Amino acid sequence: MVLPRLKLEKRPPPTLKMKVAAAIGSIALALLFSSILIVQAGVNPLVGYFHLFYGALGDKLSLTETFVRFCPLALTGVACAIAFLCKFWNIGAEGQLYAGGLAATFFGISFLGAPSYLIIPLMTISGFLGGAFWAFIPAALKTRWKVDEVVTTLLGNWIIYFITGAILYGPWQNPVTKWPESPAISEAAKLPILIPGTRFHLGIVLALIVVLIYLVIYWGTAWGYELKAIGANPEASYSMGIKVERNMVLAAILSGGIAGLAGAFEVNGLNFHMKLDLSHGYGYTGIVIAMLGGLHPVGVALAAFFMAIIVTGTQAMHRVTGVPFPLSEVIQGLSLICLLLGNFLTEYRVRRVVE
Amino acid sequence: MINEELAVKMVGITKRFPGVIANNNINFEVKRGEIHSLLGENGAGKTTLMNILYGLYAMDKGEIYIYGEKVDIGSPKDAIKLGIGMIHQHFTLVPPFTVTENIILGYEGNNLILKTDEAEKRIMELAEKYGFEVDPRKKVMYLSVGEQQRVEILKALYRGAKILILDEPTSVLTPPETKQLFNILRRMADEGKSVIFISHKLDEVMEISDRITVLRKGKVVSTVSKDETSKRELAKMMVGREVIFLLSRPEVEVGEIVLDVQGLFVLDDRGLTAVKNVYLNVRRGEILGIAGVAGNGQKELAEAIVGVRKALKGKIFVEGKNVTNRPPYELMSMGIGYITEDRVGKGLIIDLTVKENLISKVYSAMTRKLFFLDKDLAERYSKWLIKEFDIVAPSPETPAKTLSGGNLQKLLLARELAIEPTLLVASQPTRGLDVGATEYIRERLLEQKKRGTAILLISEDLEEILGLSDRVAVMYEGEIMGVLPVKDANIEDIGLMMAGAKRLNR
Amino acid sequence: MMQALNIAFWISVLTMTFRMATPLLLGTVGEAFAERSGILNLGIEGMMLMGASVGFLMGYITGNLWLGVLMAGISGMVLGVLMAFLTVTLGAQQHVSGLGITIMSSGLSFYLYRLNVPTPGGIPITVKSFEPIKVPLLADLPILGPIFFNQYELVYISIIIAIVSFYLLYKTDWGLKIRAVGENPRAADTVGINVFRVRYICLTYAGGLAGIAGSWLSLAQSGMFLPGMTTGRGWICIALVVFGFWNPLRILGGAMLFGGIDAFQLSLQAVGFKIPYQLFLMMPHVFTIIALILVSRRAIYPRALLKPYRRE
Repeated sequence: MVLPRLKLEKRPPPTLKMKVAAAIGSIALALLFSSILIVQAGVNPLVGYFHLFYGALGDKLSLTETFVRFCPLALTGVACAIAFLCKFWNIGAEGQLYAGGLAATFFGISFLGAPSYLIIPLMTISGFLGGAFWAFIPAALKTRWKVDEVVTTLLGNWIIYFITGAILYGPWQNPVTKWPESPAISEAAKLPILIPGTRFHLGIVLALIVVLIYLVIYWGTAWGYELKAIGANPEASYSMGIKVERNMVLAAILSGGIAGLAGAFEVNGLNFHMKLDLSHGYGYTGIVIAMLGGLHPVGVALAAFFMAIIVTGTQAMHRVTGVPFPLSEVIQGLSLICLLLGNFLTEYRVRRVVE
Repeated sequence: MINEELAVKMVGITKRFPGVIANNNINFEVKRGEIHSLLGENGAGKTTLMNILYGLYAMDKGEIYIYGEKVDIGSPKDAIKLGIGMIHQHFTLVPPFTVTENIILGYEGNNLILKTDEAEKRIMELAEKYGFEVDPRKKVMYLSVGEQQRVEILKALYRGAKILILDEPTSVLTPPETKQLFNILRRMADEGKSVIFISHKLDEVMEISDRITVLRKGKVVSTVSKDETSKRELAKMMVGREVIFLLSRPEVEVGEIVLDVQGLFVLDDRGLTAVKNVYLNVRRGEILGIAGVAGNGQKELAEAIVGVRKALKGKIFVEGKNVTNRPPYELMSMGIGYITEDRVGKGLIIDLTVKENLISKVYSAMTRKLFFLDKDLAERYSKWLIKEFDIVAPSPETPAKTLSGGNLQKLLLARELAIEPTLLVASQPTRGLDVGATEYIRERLLEQKKRGTAILLISEDLEEILGLSDRVAVMYEGEIMGVLPVKDANIEDIGLMMAGAKRLNR
Repeated sequence: MMQALNIAFWISVLTMTFRMATPLLLGTVGEAFAERSGILNLGIEGMMLMGASVGFLMGYITGNLWLGVLMAGISGMVLGVLMAFLTVTLGAQQHVSGLGITIMSSGLSFYLYRLNVPTPGGIPITVKSFEPIKVPLLADLPILGPIFFNQYELVYISIIIAIVSFYLLYKTDWGLKIRAVGENPRAADTVGINVFRVRYICLTYAGGLAGIAGSWLSLAQSGMFLPGMTTGRGWICIALVVFGFWNPLRILGGAMLFGGIDAFQLSLQAVGFKIPYQLFLMMPHVFTIIALILVSRRAIYPRALLKPYRRE
């Protein structure tokens, strides 16, 4: 038997259309693979997915809930995208989210008498700074000592998680219930609810503004150009006169800060106190979102919304059909894996060699 | 009739790459015990043909016979089994491995548990037989280029190679090293082995070959015996026309010193001293050519001047200002242009568009109102440069990676010359380019000289150095062996200096 | 309080050191093979989680713990092959590929658990976990007995794997090929080594060991499965491999050191020290970062790491 010989042929650089097709195709493929798992749970995948999408988009309440998830996901997505743009592999949005949450909570529970117009900006800024600080450390280690940022940001996620644990079981522990959660922030510190009767809070709008800011940086500024150049070829960028290290640290700080905002808004927009499961892996989902969105601001926003649907919808699917909710993470991971396949197919054409 | 005296017989070999026919119906024969040269310009298809013989490329059409038997060579493994060895232009050694480990790597006769001692013994025997000097326990990363090449040859011999292909083996060697190599090759041919020698250097081909096959544009021009041909005839076959390369050098008044290097020491990537106590200067309107075999510290010298590599000791002045170890972003504002030899890796950002590459040194000047980039200006600027430098690109938005080598080099040149540099460091500016692009780039450099730019030209191509420079400096093992005006220079002296055999007093 | 830190305490710390080191050792030795062949396997955390889940489920359903270990190894190998497909065949970015696998496996491990195990009231179900074995006679030696000769079989197995891996990597033809592929795949290719196959094999090996490391957590250390129970051990392995200079024997030492820190904090808690144990939990992570800073200048990464290989 003669096996067909396959050959790879490089295609011309992929167009925007092909990139979008790859992203959408990979999501579809991920859902297809996941349906095997839904069958395993004894549920018709079509029924399962119906409940998933209905539960995320079906009515006003579920739609606003999806937006509530969109807030941290858009922020971590943008955070990862900015860092990835200059090839600073910040895998630490999860940890930076916690750092931001801790910093914001500190002010939120310390100045109980402060009025909204003071305490909300204060929490926002401190959330930003907390996350920025947590990203600054690996950035400094990378530029100063060439320590790989992938490992340090990953380890950083766990370090801040353990610190959070130590604080929540220590000084902030609820003295009555002994729950590992901080005291509640004041009423004044809570973000205003924009749609009465739902949890649609101001943070969602602020997250959209952050996406817009990223759009401006990406599209119109010299700094965005510098980041792209550094990401594409740091050595050439340096010899052309771009301040590679400084820009990388700045991008890391901005990236961490934005992830920190996600933490702050989760505290004062949604939970009103700091808790151990403040993030449901949003920092990692941010990586998937950034990649699915092709690091492009519009792409990131759309990918974040899609992931928000998945996160919200799997909960609904779980409630209605009993398909376990960890399916959400499976879909996220599969989307990323399938995207790699999709990107490959936009770059190469697989041909049978005719002998 | 099977002719067993023919070690290699390739019939009707055709190989297409997207857009080009690299080999077009090539017939090629090598006898047992002969040294057979494959001569041709860059891109003539020599290396492609040999990569097919070595199983690295699959041919589209054709047949190969080894010692009279038809063979199917699908991978280097098959080639090695047939007794074919190939020494590539870029060595395929594993730097942190010892000589022995490199030689036995992938050898079919290895036991699972390695017996390094036995291998060492065999290597020493082989080395003795063919007149090598080699320390089997030394790590390859600490060997000189010439020594590394010998390891490559031993690697092939260790596998019992009877047919040895060498791809431009002398391009990295000094003349004495070349001589040594030729002795080794001759001994191998005397033993009955066949040697295929790929080169574009006429002198060497005439010195070493028994027979010569000339390729041009993927086709065989002719196969001739050395005794029946001449350099002149070979050159004509190679190029297809009589070429005399002459550039009219403009008379330019040489001005004050722009670049002044004093006692410079620079380390290479391995941490060895690559540049040793170099003094040199370049004046306004002058081209100083640095000649030398690649890898003698030229790259490190250039990188130290433009600030991408740390100077260990010594000082660099540009227009009287001490710029030693200043980062590139400071040097740039002083008008220093740099054409790196690694244009794809370190010069351009090929994942970005043509426009984004062209503005990469001036974008900050195109920034208005806070930090917004003036997109119109960038567009007009890049369109102007595309036209001005004759870059073949459909639009400024084309990704740079779709451009050909010559156009990429023009892109780099355009970017660097558009800032009207006071000092231009040009490293191997025409390497790998076709004749047209080469000529264009050389003319542009002369034009810059007329404008009053001080140019430091680093090139392996002696013709280029002598054709363009006002003064020539020769670099050998990191040292400047001498600087002399080009009108006083003769090729023999420069050759000796390149080989470290002669030094002029400073 | 200080009296608690007597000989018995230190014996217990040393005994536990081996146990805490085992998953790190297995994971890191596998990672060393992956990186030696040129692939950074960030999927390791996910492979460990899958191993923990699959191992537990097999143990829980069949009652045969060794079958659990075996299936955990196989599940890791499957993920290793997937990682190889993405990074070797497709040539995709290794960081992203590995994270994709980890995110997916993190969900899948929990999903499979939820699908097969009833969780009344959220209390995790346990299986009867592995027990230490007594080496006849030697186990009764004072001090040395409990430390060295009263351990789990998997502890001994992991140490043997490390030693065998060392010989494989440095003394055999295979090892030479693996190291060559990670340093200069083109050189390896030209002498007829199948770069793709070597990388597939190394990643499969890495995945298998990571899977077994995961099963240790669920089948020996705790007897239950918890989502995310690896708590970043995979990332510690990634760092430990640098600290150990990609050498299984040095990694053995590094794993013991890190295991020792873990054992110390657990032992302190056991004798009643009131310290925020989370601060001890993060010690290995902090120490890893410090170690990385210290070796960053000297660490010589395999040159082809992170670079996909393509012919022509």
